[in-house]
Amino acid sequence: MTSYRRGRARRLLALIRKESHQIVRDPSSILIALVLPLILLFLFGYGVSLDTARTRVGLVLEETTPVTLDLAASFRASRYFDVAIGHDRRDFADDLVESRIGGILVVPAGFTADLAAARHPAVQVIVDGADPNTANFVQGYTAGTVSTWEAQRAAERALNATPLRIEQRFWFNPELKSRNFLVPGSIAIVMTLVGTLLTSMVIAREWERGTMEAMMATPVTAWELLAGKIVPYFLLGLASMSLCVGLAVFLFGVPFRGSVVALYALSAAFLMPALGQGLLISAVTKNQFLASQLALLSGFLPSFLLSGFIFEINSMPLPIQYISMIVPARYLIPSLQSVFLAGDIWPMFLRSMLILIGFGLVLFAIAIRKTAKRIA
Amino acid sequence: MTASAAERPVLVHLDGIVKRFGADAPALDGVSGDIRGGEITGLVGPDGAGKTTLIRLMTGLMRPEAGSISVLGHDARTEAPAIQAAIGYMPQRFGLYEDLSVQENLDLYADMRGLPRRERPAVFDELLTFTDLKRFTDRLAGKLSGGMKQKLGLACALIRKPRLLLLDEPGVGVDPISRRELWKMVENLTAEGIGVVWSTAYLDEAEACDRVLLMNVGKLLYAGPPAGLTGRVEGRVRRLTGIEGSRRKLLARLLDEDAVVDGVIQGEAIRLVLADKAAADGVARAAGTDAASLVAAAPRFEDAFVDMLGGGPGGRSALAEAQAPREAGNGRPVIEAHGLTKRFGDFTAADRISFDIPRGQIFGLLGPNGAGKSTTFKMLCGLLKPTEGEGRVAGFDLRRDAAEARNRLGYMAQKFSLYGDLSVSQNLDFFAGVYGLSGKRRRERIAMMLDIFDLKPHASMSAKDLPLGLKQRLALAAAVMHEPEALFLDEPTSGVDPITRREFWTHINGLVEKGVTVLVTTHFMDEAEYCDRISLIYRGKSIALGSPDELKAKVATAERPDPTMEDAFIALIEASEGEAT
Repeated sequence: MTSYRRGRARRLLALIRKESHQIVRDPSSILIALVLPLILLFLFGYGVSLDTARTRVGLVLEETTPVTLDLAASFRASRYFDVAIGHDRRDFADDLVESRIGGILVVPAGFTADLAAARHPAVQVIVDGADPNTANFVQGYTAGTVSTWEAQRAAERALNATPLRIEQRFWFNPELKSRNFLVPGSIAIVMTLVGTLLTSMVIAREWERGTMEAMMATPVTAWELLAGKIVPYFLLGLASMSLCVGLAVFLFGVPFRGSVVALYALSAAFLMPALGQGLLISAVTKNQFLASQLALLSGFLPSFLLSGFIFEINSMPLPIQYISMIVPARYLIPSLQSVFLAGDIWPMFLRSMLILIGFGLVLFAIAIRKTAKRIA
Repeated sequence: MTASAAERPVLVHLDGIVKRFGADAPALDGVSGDIRGGEITGLVGPDGAGKTTLIRLMTGLMRPEAGSISVLGHDARTEAPAIQAAIGYMPQRFGLYEDLSVQENLDLYADMRGLPRRERPAVFDELLTFTDLKRFTDRLAGKLSGGMKQKLGLACALIRKPRLLLLDEPGVGVDPISRRELWKMVENLTAEGIGVVWSTAYLDEAEACDRVLLMNVGKLLYAGPPAGLTGRVEGRVRRLTGIEGSRRKLLARLLDEDAVVDGVIQGEAIRLVLADKAAADGVARAAGTDAASLVAAAPRFEDAFVDMLGGGPGGRSALAEAQAPREAGNGRPVIEAHGLTKRFGDFTAADRISFDIPRGQIFGLLGPNGAGKSTTFKMLCGLLKPTEGEGRVAGFDLRRDAAEARNRLGYMAQKFSLYGDLSVSQNLDFFAGVYGLSGKRRRERIAMMLDIFDLKPHASMSAKDLPLGLKQRLALAAAVMHEPEALFLDEPTSGVDPITRREFWTHINGLVEKGVTVLVTTHFMDEAEYCDRISLIYRGKSIALGSPDELKAKVATAERPDPTMEDAFIALIEASEGEAT
């Protein structure tokens, strides 16, 4: 029995050694594990930005009174808007259609009177619904600016000469830099690429080249074959993640407020479903092209779109929210963002890790069944 | 070789094996037979016969739907691990990791098979000497030649001296010299009592086996020593020599005689299999000569195979009959190659290749994979720009008038490059469009192709679901639809059964009689015999050019007065290597 076990350990080590040689020598592994993450990170670090630094808007004052002028001044002082002032909304209609401005804010006639009568005065916001990001932004910050202005006026009147400054406060990402939450999210994407895409492709390649068949005709077990793939790509995934974190922190200056232990624990937990998915895909398709398509469709895209990485899950339609529950990345990304921006929140991390490991075990179990040493 | 067949132990016992994939006809249909130790068993048959499936069943990697397999005393259904620990298996493409070195591949297989460390130096040394790979231990497997890969694959399969060695098409894609070397190595193994299974689509390989299992579309046709099969045509095989006039025309006529079961061109002669011994006189009369020019010839495995399948098709080609004869033209060769050279970086794939093909002739480029024949071929049909030299088709320079030249040629690519997801008639319609046929002529030609090649019942089937023989017909139909002056055939009958191959060559022979010019690449020695002239391509160079009979005569010696094409090929390669060093 011990000699059997020694044989098993030796075979596993030999498979891992073989895989490592292949990773180092195969340019496509290097490309997916190292170059692609760099490109993604630079894209999210520099290129894609969800920040709206000073959106241009048109402010229409349908009446000119000291009160409306004061409100206009408040908009002008805002760090979120670049304001052009007019007196008729038609002045800005074309600009809005042509996307030269992000919205039209109308201070209606009667605004001053309404305010004096303590009837809730309203500023009308006209936005381009085809660009919901900007539309939401303009709407939100208009409301914010108006209410700040109102509060300020009330305070001035109440305390006379001792104006109270009311300041909005955003927690955890006070600079509101999208980079700070996109970069941690993109690390999850990178691990999906290595764990699912790369792994499924290298196994499919073994089927295509006939090496899988040759291996299977030796005393090796299905379990050893899978473990021989999991271990090296698990380590490669962690290496790829480390590279990304290093870049994020030292090049992009993303804060890192949690612990390294939490980072690696979360990443390791996430790599389990990612690898499990990769193994399963390759066991089912046995073809590199199909495997890569399936990995992109079932791994990369959901991690990208349904994980809360770019789009807020709470604002998705309910059915899609339910679907997002089976996307492993959705459990990782909030935790990873906490590690970077907030710090260690172990109860949240443990819950995420438990769910991820659960996903992983289920996927591994199916993959092992499918890879049972059979060709058909 | 000393023990008689009966004494040799049975290693594999197959009993009524049935294997199905999906709802299609079974891949194996009731196959039974024995494989013995100490001899080479040939698993012989065309593509789609079920050879690979049978080997996989023996490794325990697949399970049969019905029947039982016992390998080395273990049931392949339930005791696969025990079998896998005791056999050596080389799948197609050798099962090597191309980005690992020779030594790393050996190490990996040694670990997988649990070869104890202290035994390794001796085993590796023996295997590397045996395969002559000692000098290349650090080279990546992907950078080895086909023959060297094959030897390394064998070495990996032999790492723990197996009792049963399974080789799946080891002869594909390697040059005949390497093939012979491998054969010798394997023969040495049988002397130690190892049982070897060698699967092949080449019928000439079958003749050298101790015992064969001959298969066709999932059915076992024959099990036993090859001589037992060739015995059935004993005394019925004749060579017709001294032919005056066109041997192709004569063959076509003879094939329609009831007394002729099979016939092929063999250099200047015709090889015939007669329905019975007494028919010789009648056939000679039909050929317009006397019985003396019908010389008895040694029966070959392929003769017997065709005979077993009920004989070859007749000699008529409806395709050729429907085609108007081409005029003699101005006497200028239809295809010309002058010093064609192609370099990829510092690698010369084709080196100053020159030949002319007059109208109405078949010219063959013969050589192993990777020798440069496909490169030469592609330069001549305008798919690849030569680095140096000139190629002409129907007088048009391929550099300047590539489009004109291409309109005059029909091209049939290796492995029948059809659109698998299009139906038969959609494929024909597409190729008609590509070759610029339109309107009434397009409809007529498509209808004609469907009719001539008997494709009508399958017109709406997807091309990928066609049986191999029909795929071959469709590919030929697509290539000749526009009545080209020159026909380019790249490995046209590799892997197809001999009946389909004969049918194909009947059409080609018919077209050639009508003045079509044919350029064909092949690594099939038999197919080379159908050509008027051949050029032997080896390592990018043309090492010999002439008619098949001339080339064979070149290498005839006292102890080998009647060499085969393969003998000629090997001797000429060796001679050219002798010059080089």
